[in-house]
Amino acid sequence: MSVHVGEAASALPFPEAAKKLVANSQLRRNVRHATNVIRTKRGRVVAEMDDWEQLRDAGKAIKDHTLAHLDEYLLQFEAACTKAGGQVHWARDADEANRIIVDLVKRYGSDEVIKVKTMTSDETRLNVALEAAGITPFETDLADLIVQLGEDKPSHIVVPALHRNRMEIRELFMGKMGLDTLGYQPEDLAAAARNYLRERFLRVKVGISGANYLIAETGSVVVVESEGNGRMCLTLPDVLISIVGVEKVIPRFEDLEVYLQLLPRSATGERMNPYNSIWTGVTPGDGPQAFHIVLLDNGRTKVLADPESRETLDCIRCGACLNACPVYRQTGGHAYGSVYAGPIGAILTPQLQSMEHSQTLPYASSLCGACYEVCPVKINIPEILIHLRTKVVDSGHAPLAERLAMKGAAFAMSKASRLSLAHAFARLGQWPFNDDGKLDNLPGLLAGWTEFRDLDAIPAESFREWWSKR
Amino acid sequence: MVVQAMTSREAVLANIRAAKGGPADESIPRLYSASVDLSPAEVVEQFADRLHDYNATVHHCTVDAIPATIAGILQTRQKTGLLIPSGLPPEWLPADYAFRRDEGLSYADLDASQGVLTACDVAIALTGTIVIGHSPAQGRRALTLVPDYHLCIVRLDQLVATVPEGMRRMAALLPAPLTTISGPSATSDIEMIRVKGVHGPRTLEVILVG
Repeated sequence: MSVHVGEAASALPFPEAAKKLVANSQLRRNVRHATNVIRTKRGRVVAEMDDWEQLRDAGKAIKDHTLAHLDEYLLQFEAACTKAGGQVHWARDADEANRIIVDLVKRYGSDEVIKVKTMTSDETRLNVALEAAGITPFETDLADLIVQLGEDKPSHIVVPALHRNRMEIRELFMGKMGLDTLGYQPEDLAAAARNYLRERFLRVKVGISGANYLIAETGSVVVVESEGNGRMCLTLPDVLISIVGVEKVIPRFEDLEVYLQLLPRSATGERMNPYNSIWTGVTPGDGPQAFHIVLLDNGRTKVLADPESRETLDCIRCGACLNACPVYRQTGGHAYGSVYAGPIGAILTPQLQSMEHSQTLPYASSLCGACYEVCPVKINIPEILIHLRTKVVDSGHAPLAERLAMKGAAFAMSKASRLSLAHAFARLGQWPFNDDGKLDNLPGLLAGWTEFRDLDAIPAESFREWWSKR
Repeated sequence: MVVQAMTSREAVLANIRAAKGGPADESIPRLYSASVDLSPAEVVEQFADRLHDYNATVHHCTVDAIPATIAGILQTRQKTGLLIPSGLPPEWLPADYAFRRDEGLSYADLDASQGVLTACDVAIALTGTIVIGHSPAQGRRALTLVPDYHLCIVRLDQLVATVPEGMRRMAALLPAPLTTISGPSATSDIEMIRVKGVHGPRTLEVILVG
């Protein structure tokens, strides 16, 4: 077993990475602009839903129920998918998943694949494995294409190239696509991507996707997207291979009605994203005639084993917590050293790695609670961060002084947070989100944190000391 | 170790069972709204509004006027014909235009076409969504994907108000593949600015019938 999450195990500790990134004012401006836009849109379309809280409750309950019966629902999915002509594979870790996929691509005789955005394949570093086997992966999501052509890394779960502005993208496209002229409007850049990818969509015989949901009762797979690159990859190739974390299963088709309302509004601030594709195995005469799905563990069952933090697996990858997070908005996604950035990344990345790497990530937060407030499935990220800080301390990875300080702090916080969360959230509206974009705002934010909590600010002080030491 | 002898499937399932993933069964609260209090006319108006929001063009007509409406649209758009799925009702088609049935057309044929005309299965007003169940009146998935222009006929009896109502009808279409379409393809990947029209049809036009 070798669980890896992208290159998180060898990433710089968060404070060091953050220090470098906040010095890049262009990057900070790009991140701040994009997250401001998305937050405004989200706020508008969430406010128009009278039953938003009821949807959140249902969304959480369905996920928690599924996790309690995960083996049964996976087996039900496997049976239904197989019956419909799909072939189900199981992978314990990233390397095994990559091996299965590389072997399949070779078996079908292709040396290239088209890919629709899958964070899971970034987690397993599938592209590296494909290239090592002589197989060329073409990323087709616009942001993923920008990341791939720029030999860059994703910085956001939903909009991975959010750290790049139009002028940077124009320059990149002109160089990599061999264009003599190109406008700088987003329309021009999207049109360039369309031209660049069109021929590949129509030619390449193997498509690779992730999935947003697997439906146990019907064996169906769901991909939520906007550009139509997903439909291209899911529909046009002869062979489709999907790589999906085991936590993505939901029990019934009916359950999808909850997530198809929660996800687009939370992720992109749309009432509905342009396209959803739902398919069940293989359909004669329509789409790929061979369908393989790889169900991936890669540390997920370790997360499941901890009752204090297993709700991490409820995540539907909407990215709302990133956009809301005052730390993410200052540092951008690369500081987290993981394909999963922001608050959800700060709890998911170390847990997937059994807390053996990325131990600074649970500290990459001011515990302000904004992530919990916007989470469409009500993951209590602040409480899990505190829980994980305790684990880091217990594991002896924290320095001695920190260990003592954090142990006391985490203990106080875990009790006090339960008592005062409702109180603190009632005051969130006053939260002084800071947009000035200076590193020295962080202590300012933390000072603000203490204003809004009925608690001696032991962790805040500790975080500040810890931060300034690095 | 026992794990060595297990298949990956057995190992993952064993890990899940060992993790005992959660508390005893709880019923799932479904207190969200399955329906809304809108008149049929208001539902139609909302659907049209949403489509306008998405930059889709919307026409209204009666069943008898379908061919004339299609002819008017093609004339305006200076198109001489469209692709159609094999099961599209022939009585919808105006004379004097070339409609080519998709009987095994190549992707290159789809790509080179002037567009596609189809029916749909379900439409959802609240989100401006059209659901294509890929039955004979809508064709295979590639037919409504590769062409750059999609003209879609929505009957008012196919229109529901909410996502849960739409999902009830979609469930009846399984195991056929389902595609939900909410406006033309779009991206917000560059500076979160919404650009309409990327890889899917860049123009969506809808005729509401009834």
